[in-house]
Amino acid sequence: MIKVEGLTKRYARTVAVNDISFEVEKGQIVGFLGPNGAGKTTTMRILTGFLPATQGKASVAGFDVHESPMEVKKRIGYLPETPPLYPEMEVSEYLEYAGQLKGITTGDIKRRTDDAIGRCSLGEVRSKLIGKLSKGYRQRVGIAQAIIHNPDVLILDEPTSGLDPKQIIEIRELLRALSGEHTIILSTHILSEVEHSCERVIIISQGKLVAQDSVANLTNRLRGSEAVALEVAPVEGRPAATEVQQRLEQVSGVSRVMMKDARDGRLVFEVESLQGRQIRSELARTVVNAGWNLNELRPVGLSLEDIFLQLTGAEQKDEQEGGKK
Amino acid sequence: MTHILLICKKELKSYFASPIAYLLMAFFGLLFGFAFYTATRDFVRFSFQSQMMGQAQPMNVNEQIIRPLLGFASTIALFLVPMITMRLIAEEKRTGTIELLMTSPVKDYEIIIGKWFGAIVLYACILGMSMINIAMLFLWGKPDLKPVLIGYLGLLLQGGCLLAIGTFISTTTKNQIIAGGVTFFVCLLFWLLSWFTAFDSGVVSQVINYLSIVTHMDNFQKGVLDSKDVVFYLSMIFFSLFMTSRAMDSLRWRA
Ligand SMILES: Nc1ncnc2c1ncn2[C@@H]1O[C@H](COP(=O)(O)OP(=O)(O)OP(=O)(O)O)[C@@H](O)[C@H]1O
Ligand SMILES: [Mg+2]
Repeated sequence: MIKVEGLTKRYARTVAVNDISFEVEKGQIVGFLGPNGAGKTTTMRILTGFLPATQGKASVAGFDVHESPMEVKKRIGYLPETPPLYPEMEVSEYLEYAGQLKGITTGDIKRRTDDAIGRCSLGEVRSKLIGKLSKGYRQRVGIAQAIIHNPDVLILDEPTSGLDPKQIIEIRELLRALSGEHTIILSTHILSEVEHSCERVIIISQGKLVAQDSVANLTNRLRGSEAVALEVAPVEGRPAATEVQQRLEQVSGVSRVMMKDARDGRLVFEVESLQGRQIRSELARTVVNAGWNLNELRPVGLSLEDIFLQLTGAEQKDEQEGGKK
Repeated sequence: MTHILLICKKELKSYFASPIAYLLMAFFGLLFGFAFYTATRDFVRFSFQSQMMGQAQPMNVNEQIIRPLLGFASTIALFLVPMITMRLIAEEKRTGTIELLMTSPVKDYEIIIGKWFGAIVLYACILGMSMINIAMLFLWGKPDLKPVLIGYLGLLLQGGCLLAIGTFISTTTKNQIIAGGVTFFVCLLFWLLSWFTAFDSGVVSQVINYLSIVTHMDNFQKGVLDSKDVVFYLSMIFFSLFMTSRAMDSLRWRA
């Protein structure tokens, strides 16, 4: 349904998207995951025909984005990063306008508007001015605008940003209801978002495609691997930091040991485990057996950055650290 | 065509949802009313005097009231145009709603013409305020209708031209204050140039004078419909709207 080949977008100074290729099958929900500035919005803008690519090809439903933009636009519903709303319009009036822009006929527009209002639970605010709505409601009006013409493909840029937990669950349910007949790409920088709503995930970072996998595979790769913060208090300069680090690295099941802090006579490490390995008790035993003072041992969640590092492997990590120096 | 009308209607709703439309109508209505009052007062005084002195010089409502009033209206229009066009596209760029327009299956020219139509209709509503006064002339005197209609046609054409230029300028920036300021400056320049070059017969002056949108209003004011002026206005409108669509395109490439 969506096909992207060697897509590159260069701005004056930055390469926002760098040689990305992927495909999305009909009916799939795909999560576009990446940290700030990764190039998610830029890729989506190219897919929707808002921006031209510098290089590469993108096609939606068999139509090239650059060569037949009208055909592509007819088949896409797009929620931009900032919902494109007119504060001086009422919700239903706005949805009618947006729907007609997308080619819904006057005879049909009332019914479609009511439908979109129902699906996004906007009934209470339908005759309110958009300028007076809360952020969450605006986001929902933005989503209603994207689905009103029942497009084949939905492209949603951070659809749950600004919503409260209850609304997030509602949107997830809405997306699940929409998938199947619609192909959906949504962007986010929250990992759990992808786990909840998507079947496949495309991870990009700094404009490059980092990983592309089914969510099940990805969570398998990550499941069970845990990160532990560990603090050792040396007495009179002993043990030395390198000694502790070496000893920790030898513990079975440990994949990575990072020195986080070494001030005020404390040594703080972050230790990551291999998949499916519980390392906390083993770590504690190691430290105590060596006769050192164990101040703290506590699990920490994997951050998106850690996941990128895990997925991209060590070379890229070295590259990045080398780049910083 | 449905898209053009749709966008035009939306623009009008937005204008009338904010005080700007009413303010401009009131502003123009008051100024025109005042000018009308002065013009008719003088006219009555003069015709009274000429009767007293027994001169049978015919007084002409068209020549002595309507024509200067139309000239006055065309000058005021120069100040109205920037206020009408400044938000047209700049505002959509600032708030991001341009993403809705540019990712909907709507052609650029439909967006541009729709917006420009909306601006023209508002402009016509503003001009309409003057008709209250002109209608009074018809009740009271017997002016010719045809020159009045031609005069209004001229005002509309001149306005359409300036509005098209304003639309173009609004496409080039996100900041509506800048869009309004530059448009105002351009309108002012046309006006000044038409003055400076009016009495100079040099080739450059003549060319500038010809291109200065304001000078083509003269014939319309006199009640003379010259196809040359109409063609000039229409081609200026076409050219400006064409430039607007180029600017939209480059907006896409640079954005
Ligand atoms: N109009 C622009 N001009 C120049 N550079 C831009 C422009 N838009 C985006 N960029 C740059 O392109 C890169 C990718 O930006 P993009 O908005 O696509 O990231 P993103 O993944 O959507 O991030 P976020 O999670 O913050 O929304 C960034 O480095 C950004 O600074
Ligand atoms: Mg973004």
